[in-house]
Amino acid sequence: MVNRKIVGAHYGLRDWLAQRITGVVMAVFTLIVGLGLIQGAGASYESWRGFMSAGLMRFVSFLFIVSLCWHAWVGVRDIWMDYIQPAGIKLTLHVLTLLALIGYAGWAAQIIWRL
Amino acid sequence: MTTRTLQFKIYRYDPDTDQKPYMQDISVEIDATDRKLLDALVKLKAKDDAIAFRRSCREGVCGSDALNINGRNGLACLTDIASFPEGKPIVLRPLPGLPVIRDLIVDMTQFFKQYHSIKPYLINNDPPPERERLQSPEEREELNGLYECILCACCSTSCPSFWWNPDKFVGPAGLLAAYRFIADTRDQATSERLDNLEDPYRLFRCHTIMNCVDVCPKGLNPTKAIGKIKDMMVQRAI
Repeated sequence: MVNRKIVGAHYGLRDWLAQRITGVVMAVFTLIVGLGLIQGAGASYESWRGFMSAGLMRFVSFLFIVSLCWHAWVGVRDIWMDYIQPAGIKLTLHVLTLLALIGYAGWAAQIIWRL
Repeated sequence: MTTRTLQFKIYRYDPDTDQKPYMQDISVEIDATDRKLLDALVKLKAKDDAIAFRRSCREGVCGSDALNINGRNGLACLTDIASFPEGKPIVLRPLPGLPVIRDLIVDMTQFFKQYHSIKPYLINNDPPPERERLQSPEEREELNGLYECILCACCSTSCPSFWWNPDKFVGPAGLLAAYRFIADTRDQATSERLDNLEDPYRLFRCHTIMNCVDVCPKGLNPTKAIGKIKDMMVQRAI
């Protein structure tokens, strides 16, 4: 096969935008948790549990987990795209990253919702 | 006339005779009238005519004498000799990230390939009017800071994203030129130009570290142009 450089996968903007939006979601979540801690949510296990298991917090913390994993997917893949050239190794790393992040997301949701 | 001696450490490599590149220590006497690094290089060339470097206009317009000067890309003809600290050798290397042809001369093929890939010319299929295609002063204003690029490659060769993916990432110089035509109200191919860049490599390898802005000898801001391209893509998508 002639070695031609192929570009034009039209997902550059989508991922760039997703990274920024998920960043905002994580920043807002950090603020909420920070405010909770200031108000003494971290004083005891019971108060922390009460804070985290409230309906709104379940919703927001799940959004945070999804945002974190999505953000990490774009960021880690950026590293593979920058530094790894052979397509086979790059694809393997992409798949491993994706699988790990999906696993982490499921695991984290399970922990949060168990409260 | 007062003279000054300048010490140099120059990257030397002649693929016909050298196994590998080496740094050569050499000094040259300059006159008080020698103001720019290029003046000293011309004196050096007179002393050792095997030293190879590109130069042409000697006034920052042609962009051919871009070098890595003390670790920083710049034009020899715009770099003041007075800006060098006394007693320290001036380290000259070829622009980083491009193949070296000889000494300070690099192969710019990849750089210009990326430049050509953004179609750096006005695309307008309407029949040309009798005199010229007009713009309002505000529309023309938008092109300031874009058209002045001299394609010296200082910016692209100081960009790590361009070092890692020179075949896929357009690089700051190419993207500045791309925005120059995207911003031009006389151009009709805006959408095609945005399509051409909406790829994870071509535009989005830019991680906004702004090395390009730091080194541009013409004081241009490719990062700002890249940001405007991204803004236009977002506007188009929502």
